[in-house]
Amino acid sequence: MNDWIRVCTVGEIPAQGARVLRQAGEVDIAVFRTAADEVFALRDRCPHKGGPLSQGLVHGKTVTCPLHNWTIELDTGNARAPDIGCAGHLPVRVEAGDVYVRLGRRHG
Amino acid sequence: MGRKKLVMVGNGMAGVRTLEELLKLAPDAYDITVFGAEPWGNYNRILLSPVLSGEQAFDDIILNDPAWYAENGITLHLNARVTEIDRARRVVRTEGGLEAPYDRLLLATGSNAFVLPVPGKDLAGVVAYRDYHDVCTMLDAAASHRHAVVIGGGLLGLEAANGLAARGMQVTVVHLAPWLMERQLDAQAGGLLRAALEARGIAFALSAQTSALLGDETGRVRALRLDNGTEIAADLVVMAAGIRPNTELAEQAGLYCHRGVTVDDTLQTFDPRIYAVGECASHRGVAYGLVAPLFEQAKVAANHLAGHGIGRYLGSVTSTKLKVTGIDLFSAGDFMGGEGTEAITLSDPIGGVYKKLVIRGERLVGACLYGDTADGAWYFRLIREGKPVHEIRDALVFGESALGDVGHGGENRAASLPDSAEICGCNGVCKGTIVAAIRDKGLFTVDAIKQHTKAASSCGSCTALVEQVLINTVGGAADVTPKGEKPVCGCTALNHAQLRQAIRDRHLTSIPEAMRVLEWRAPDGCASCRPALNYYLISTWPGEAKDDAQARLINERAHANIQKDGTYSVVPRMWGGVTTADELRRIADAADKYQVPLVKVTGGQRIDLLGVKKEDLPAIWQDLAMPSGHAYGKSLRTVKTCVGSAFCRFGTQDSTAMGIALEKDLFGMWSPAKVKLAVSGCPRNCAESGIKDVGVIAVDSGWEIYVGGNGGIKTEVAQFLCKVATSDEVLEVTGAFLQLYREEAFYLERTVHYLTRVGLDHVKARVLDDGEARAALYARLKFALGFESDPWQAQIADANKRRQFETLAV
Ligand code: SRM
Ligand SMILES: Cc1cc2nc3c(=O)[nH]c(=O)nc-3n(C[C@H](O)[C@H](O)[C@H](O)COP(=O)(O)OP(=O)(O)OC[C@H]3O[C@@H](n4cnc5c(N)ncnc54)[C@H](O)[C@@H]3O)c2cc1C
Ligand code: SF4
Ligand code: FES
Repeated sequence: MNDWIRVCTVGEIPAQGARVLRQAGEVDIAVFRTAADEVFALRDRCPHKGGPLSQGLVHGKTVTCPLHNWTIELDTGNARAPDIGCAGHLPVRVEAGDVYVRLGRRHG
Repeated sequence: MGRKKLVMVGNGMAGVRTLEELLKLAPDAYDITVFGAEPWGNYNRILLSPVLSGEQAFDDIILNDPAWYAENGITLHLNARVTEIDRARRVVRTEGGLEAPYDRLLLATGSNAFVLPVPGKDLAGVVAYRDYHDVCTMLDAAASHRHAVVIGGGLLGLEAANGLAARGMQVTVVHLAPWLMERQLDAQAGGLLRAALEARGIAFALSAQTSALLGDETGRVRALRLDNGTEIAADLVVMAAGIRPNTELAEQAGLYCHRGVTVDDTLQTFDPRIYAVGECASHRGVAYGLVAPLFEQAKVAANHLAGHGIGRYLGSVTSTKLKVTGIDLFSAGDFMGGEGTEAITLSDPIGGVYKKLVIRGERLVGACLYGDTADGAWYFRLIREGKPVHEIRDALVFGESALGDVGHGGENRAASLPDSAEICGCNGVCKGTIVAAIRDKGLFTVDAIKQHTKAASSCGSCTALVEQVLINTVGGAADVTPKGEKPVCGCTALNHAQLRQAIRDRHLTSIPEAMRVLEWRAPDGCASCRPALNYYLISTWPGEAKDDAQARLINERAHANIQKDGTYSVVPRMWGGVTTADELRRIADAADKYQVPLVKVTGGQRIDLLGVKKEDLPAIWQDLAMPSGHAYGKSLRTVKTCVGSAFCRFGTQDSTAMGIALEKDLFGMWSPAKVKLAVSGCPRNCAESGIKDVGVIAVDSGWEIYVGGNGGIKTEVAQFLCKVATSDEVLEVTGAFLQLYREEAFYLERTVHYLTRVGLDHVKARVLDDGEARAALYARLKFALGFESDPWQAQIADANKRRQFETLAV
């Protein structure tokens, strides 16, 4: 299945920040941009109690959840030890400054 | 160029801790080689006593197994005693002929047991109590022999005696002094301890000097003779009569030693390439025999080895806890007292409780507790922090709970709690889980406990309780540096004070610049340091440093409070708690239009609209057309008022107008933590001014100003600062005080904690005694506030800023 979709430009996501991608009837997707301009996508639900990861503080390749400070790795969706859990990440591609996310397949 | 070479001699607790700290600071700075005379990796020496008594296994107390050394690229030589340091050629040599060159050498050779120079000291069955090998020898003896004598009734000797008794031996303790643990206890507490141990079957010979050890025909010890001629049967003799810093190697190499290898405040010996830490080192004439000071030394030594050059070791206040299950004993600081001190004692020989507190001037300097040690941690903290205690002196000896703590800071009585008691309410962690983690994983710090159990990692209100559990579990080994002295987070070695100072001294104005200059370890920090850095930058260099939205936590970025379901709450500002029919109508309309699930009057005299969707925030702000209440910020929150003289029959001044004036004067003020004010029209104090960061109370002749109150986690009554005549003076004094707080407090430190740290006298000197200084502080506040505008308007007006509220669609 080829379901890559264009989301926005890299510039439309704040560096060290995130935007929320909303689809009717689906869980929101958080699209992150790191300080080094890498882009990642996670389901916008913290594995702890469902906090919106898009609202967290981004540092390195991780985001700290705004509700109770779990730290989630952006490239895998895994919570950092000692916490255990996975938010689920989606493949992301950046081409000519445009961000594409592959919605069909979810890892984790 | 290859990496520099660091060689460490002595694979014990102090040395390896230094390496751990060093690896955190500069993982790639050195090729590290370690020589240890023992055949094991680093283990928790202080837990040898539970191993001896059978309460723990040796495996449980290993701190770093060989895999740890391998993972960190450390070359480890076990069973390798270093016998020579060639300082000219910078190599060390072992008795087995191994050699290693060094650029830096770290000596951590610990100490040796002091062996009494009596005839028979070399007989079989005579051991020291220092390492696992000694424990094995004792266990062998316990399995096949009956009588044991321990020489020395100190901490170590009594733990040995207790362990051997638990293994079924008949134990006598021979002690030179007239009472037990004379260096930790006074005579009375020593007597209680003796009675408790006698009840367990241990015999004592006090004020007794050993003159010889007598052997049998096989060359094994059979008895001990005292100088009065008495003989005591002994198949095993444990020498626990003291320790001597192990300086043999250092002395042989010509390093200056005096009661240990002499080091300066950076733990450097007289040879600048050589450092020494732990029991072998003598700092300002003191060689410590407990682990807590060693951990502090390790931090400083690691910092200098890493080339950061920050931090000095200034010596330690120590505390002791006897690790004999069922006996509660705690001492700390200068508990013997002496010239210039006073002692408060409480003695209940029948109940088996004895407490002695030593006070010098206004401060607690020492404590000695027997039988009821629940408050040990609290006393220890009072000693370390050096807070004046004269005001609570009457109740001091009865413990912290006697102070009547409404809403405790989690600082009471961890020791008496059952294992099932919940310590951390946020994460649901109970005491038993924490104790188990401390034991199983060998934890010494609250931070490590946070990491492993999550306790104290959310709201933090139970931190003190967790610290108590830690102290009660590992005693003096607990590494409980006061908060202000700890590094800001794992990304830096600087503590808050050093960070503030560096930002000021080096004129740093942006986060990336600060992180580069101050050698941050993680490229863009973490959720702890970025918000702190941002605050320090904008408060130190207003107008110059640019506020970084991405360094703010979500509430301050979205200008609303996030709720558990990801929606937000909106609290418009109602100056002084005063509103109008028109405002209320707009609020009602907005609540309808945006289908706000809950409209609530807050505890801060205004209205909260809860459950607003993030996308709706800019629009609802626009419709409300009221300024932001900053209910989400480390900033000015509310100024509560009462009706005052305008309507109230008791009012002496117009407190409502004063409150509104204050709120407008301070609008937009960012601060280390939230700031709340209140103004009451008379001493009946209906606005609760007594528990606010700044509380103003009107009296007939003017206004009284109180500071440092807090109505939150631990209720604290505000302290009287001054009385002024006019409302202009209220504005100036309040502004000057808050500016001082903004400039000096640590991030997340509320006024009450700031005041506890610096003292009210410091504030008075800066804000009251010197009119020019006060005016300058107030002027700096006004200058900083000049750059602030209503954040809600700013979000509405700026398309770029508005974008964060918009979602993307497929
Ligand atoms: C809304 C309100 C409760 C209410 O329904 O009345 C409230 C709600 C919250 N308080 Fe509060 N506090 C509210 C008045 C208070 C008061 C009473 C007061 O201000 O007179 C206190 C005690 C006074 C004080 O602060 O000294 C209070 C002491 C706290 C504390 C403990 C602070 C401390 O230093 O001990 C926290 C925790 C913290 O800040 O870390 C807290 C934290 C919170 C948070 C921010 C918790 C959080 O992080 O989500 C709550 C946000 C809810 C939200 O989304 O709106 N809230 N909170 C009150 C808002 C007042 C306002 O108009 O701005
Ligand atoms: C039984 C017992 C109970 C204790 N209980 C407590 C307690 O409850 N609370 C507390 O705070 N403290 C306690 N202590 C003290 C605490 O264990 C020590 O303060 C701490 O271990 C000292 O650390 P160190 O690294 O300086 O020395 P050590 O941990 O002794 O390490 C020194 C190491 O260097 C090795 N070494 C020495 N010379 C050489 C050489 N030339 N070449 C190679 N290796 C060498 C030694 O073999 C040893 O392994 C206790 C000590 C003992 C023995
Ligand atoms: S007391 Fe404050 S922090 Fe606690 S639940 Fe109520 S509003 Fe939330
Ligand atoms: S919901 Fe993310 S940490 Fe709790």
